[in-house]
Amino acid sequence: MSTPITGTGSAVPAPALPERHYLNATHGLKSWLLTTDHKRIGLLYLFTITIFFLLGGLFALLVRLQLLSPQGAIMTPDVYNRAFTMHGVIMVFFFLVPSIPATLGNFLLPIMIGAKDLAFPRINLLSWYLFVIGGIFGIVALAGGGVDTGWTFYTPYSSMSSNSRVLTGGLGIFISGFASILTGLNFIVTTHRMRAPGMTWFRLPLFVWAHYATSLIMILGTPVVAISVLLVMFERVLRVGIFDPSIGGDPVLFQHLFWFYSHPAVYIMVLPGMGVISELIAAYSRKNIFGYAFVAFSSLAIAVVGFLVWGHHMFVAGETPYSALLFSVLSYIVAVPSAIKTFNWTATLYRGSISYDTPMLYAFGFLGLFLVGGLTGLFLAAAGLDVHVHDTYFVVAHFHYIMVGGTLMAYLGGMHYWWPKITGKLYPEGWSKLSALIIFVGFNLTFFPQFLVGYLGMPRRYAMYPPEFQIYNVLSTAGATILGVGYLLPMIYLTWSWFYGKPAGNNPWNVKGLEWQTTSPPPTFNFDETPIVTDATVLYGHPEEVKVA
Amino acid sequence: MPEAAVTHHGAHAIPRLQHHFDTMAQQKEAATLGMWVFLVTEVLFFGGMFCAYMIYRMWHYDGFVAASRELDLGLGGINTAVLIGSSLTVALGVHAAQTGKQRQLVWMLIATLVLGLVFLVIKYFEYESKLHLHEAHHAAAMVRLFPAAGWFEVTGELAPLAGGIRLFMVLYFAMTGMHAIHMIIGIGILAVILRMAMKGEFTPQWYAPVEIFGLYWHFVDIVWIFLFPLLYLVNRHG
Amino acid sequence: MSFHPQDAELHDHIIPAKVYYAIFAALMVLTVITVAVAWVDLGLLNIVVALGVAVLKASLVVLYFMHVRYASRLTWVVVGSGFFWLFILLSITLTDYLSRGWMEAPMLVR
Repeated sequence: MSTPITGTGSAVPAPALPERHYLNATHGLKSWLLTTDHKRIGLLYLFTITIFFLLGGLFALLVRLQLLSPQGAIMTPDVYNRAFTMHGVIMVFFFLVPSIPATLGNFLLPIMIGAKDLAFPRINLLSWYLFVIGGIFGIVALAGGGVDTGWTFYTPYSSMSSNSRVLTGGLGIFISGFASILTGLNFIVTTHRMRAPGMTWFRLPLFVWAHYATSLIMILGTPVVAISVLLVMFERVLRVGIFDPSIGGDPVLFQHLFWFYSHPAVYIMVLPGMGVISELIAAYSRKNIFGYAFVAFSSLAIAVVGFLVWGHHMFVAGETPYSALLFSVLSYIVAVPSAIKTFNWTATLYRGSISYDTPMLYAFGFLGLFLVGGLTGLFLAAAGLDVHVHDTYFVVAHFHYIMVGGTLMAYLGGMHYWWPKITGKLYPEGWSKLSALIIFVGFNLTFFPQFLVGYLGMPRRYAMYPPEFQIYNVLSTAGATILGVGYLLPMIYLTWSWFYGKPAGNNPWNVKGLEWQTTSPPPTFNFDETPIVTDATVLYGHPEEVKVA
Repeated sequence: MPEAAVTHHGAHAIPRLQHHFDTMAQQKEAATLGMWVFLVTEVLFFGGMFCAYMIYRMWHYDGFVAASRELDLGLGGINTAVLIGSSLTVALGVHAAQTGKQRQLVWMLIATLVLGLVFLVIKYFEYESKLHLHEAHHAAAMVRLFPAAGWFEVTGELAPLAGGIRLFMVLYFAMTGMHAIHMIIGIGILAVILRMAMKGEFTPQWYAPVEIFGLYWHFVDIVWIFLFPLLYLVNRHG
Repeated sequence: MSFHPQDAELHDHIIPAKVYYAIFAALMVLTVITVAVAWVDLGLLNIVVALGVAVLKASLVVLYFMHVRYASRLTWVVVGSGFFWLFILLSITLTDYLSRGWMEAPMLVR
């Protein structure tokens, strides 16, 4: 187990919490519900998305229980349709999209650039309220029986035939989309206009670059899914037939508009995770990221090229083979910047001074699982191969390796890494390492069999399946149970540490970065004095080492 | 020289300067950039509908032509002039704020408000006329919208083009309706800004809300600049 | 471009009012042209002219009414990327629709 190394070698007093910080500066529910402090808003988001994660996880459990038996163990197909749809809708729109940006991003972005807050603090609070309102609509939809269209809302089923709560659910997604847009807007303006003296673009933490790129996607993509969902809702209310083939409408048009956002959305979900991983790997190798500029620019490249590939979700939907060819080629190209990051992270590890603290364990998990997820994406990008595996569990496994094996691991790693900064407390290392291990084992047991059974032909979104696939499904459900335990443990011990953990001190990991130069927890305006940034603030191995507090 | 003057408790000696900004210049640049980024989202938002329009016009050109000719070009043209005029007045309003001419600022904002309301009133009449039986160009054909039996009904000579006509009308209402909602929101914000202007709150040192509102208003004008030819002028010859 | 925007002087290029009047006049003239051209049969050129005029009008509003002519490079990038992204949506979607019908499915029985 590693202990923080002090630079001076002399006896250092035990860290203590600062007297006044952002958590105790003001008291009472109103001071939280009307706060404009980005750190408090980050915690409000953390609270809300955790609730949605649990809800989405509940539906995952129901799905996996159903699939224990080839005839379907607990639900009719109609109910099953609602279960997997609600799992997808909640996890994508109400957990993954806001996850890292709205919690860690909100909390850390201003501090990392040396600012007192985001550019528009009140709009930040508004975004949380919009998210909550959107979520409430989602829950109302759920209470009314849920949606059964799949999270992709394909027309004409969603617009014309479905008897489920498409309108309410759609409204929830529409409103929470604005939360996303406002967050992205805030991050972009903040990064451009509020950097402290000396904080040049190329001294920015890669976490900031990743969030900047993510914000670009949020701004450019979300409005298109907003109008797509709005047109579907328009259709359901007015029955005018905009996607109705019988009057000459095209259901595939909906898919073009939907995936124009929803493909870049997966980069919204993974890029912040990549930003976290860059920070963790540098910190726990005590080494600057190899090829910083390449990693920074690769985030931008992913954001831009990610907008050009949406048709790879539609290879069998009715788009032409010529269009499919274009999308396929572009999808291979978009893999390149992700590969660059992976190479650079690995190169950073080489000859680094590596510690195996919990956040680093999550980073290692990310590296392996994101690699598998990303490579299987290339299988899917080949249009011919995709004809065989489209809408099978191969696809399901692919995106869960990225979203859960990638983003969620990065989220947990980042949560552990910055927990001392956010709360001022340390968490119990033994429990955290155990949980990471349980999660890793549970994850692979859940999703690796899905690659196999998908390739063998088991379709997704089916409530029952041929008996020869049962063993894979049973293994997967067993894994999911272990995974669930793994996720519950951090919720318990992190909450425990909030109240009873040891004070962390300013820089418990002894790492670079502006956020570690201020107190844990930080004061309301982040710094007692506006920091002046030099290379020594951000680079490892710089001759002028920054003193550890 | 920088205008920041920070007191012990972090409050600024300069009114209107928010605590997390160092100078008024920084604050204004942030606000302006923020509005531009928001307008980009609006371009993509309307853009989705333009995409649907593009595809369906390709597929149903004749239906689009027939439906477009049902729109009142006179009212549409007047509305175009009204909206462009309101862009002029709001630009002159920003100019007045920049040069400290309080009264001119107020009058320009009032003019913008009035023109905006005129646009919406004309729009209302346009929509209202479509609620009733509507004789088309050809006496033997009729396009009827929102009848008791269904939302759109096309009979007579134009019936083979019903699909295209219906799709056009859906997009017409969706696009102009969304545009009108943006106008209504704009007028609401304008009313607030007008009130502030009447109380003399804007100076050449601080007029950011007027300028930023202006950007939003011009954007709404630009959407109409594209809607007008695409909806009203599909084909007026032949 | 100053690195510390917070140190920049609060200075805005003030466009003279007569420029605004001139732009307004141009916009009205272009509107009349747009309407007039719609009555003339130019075949495929009709849509080209209509969109071309609309783009010209929009450009005048953006450059002068919205002050972009005198704005920072960042503003130009922001404005440009908004329209460029719309262009991406429209053009790549068109690659699907324009190529529909190019290839007959061999098994298709009519």
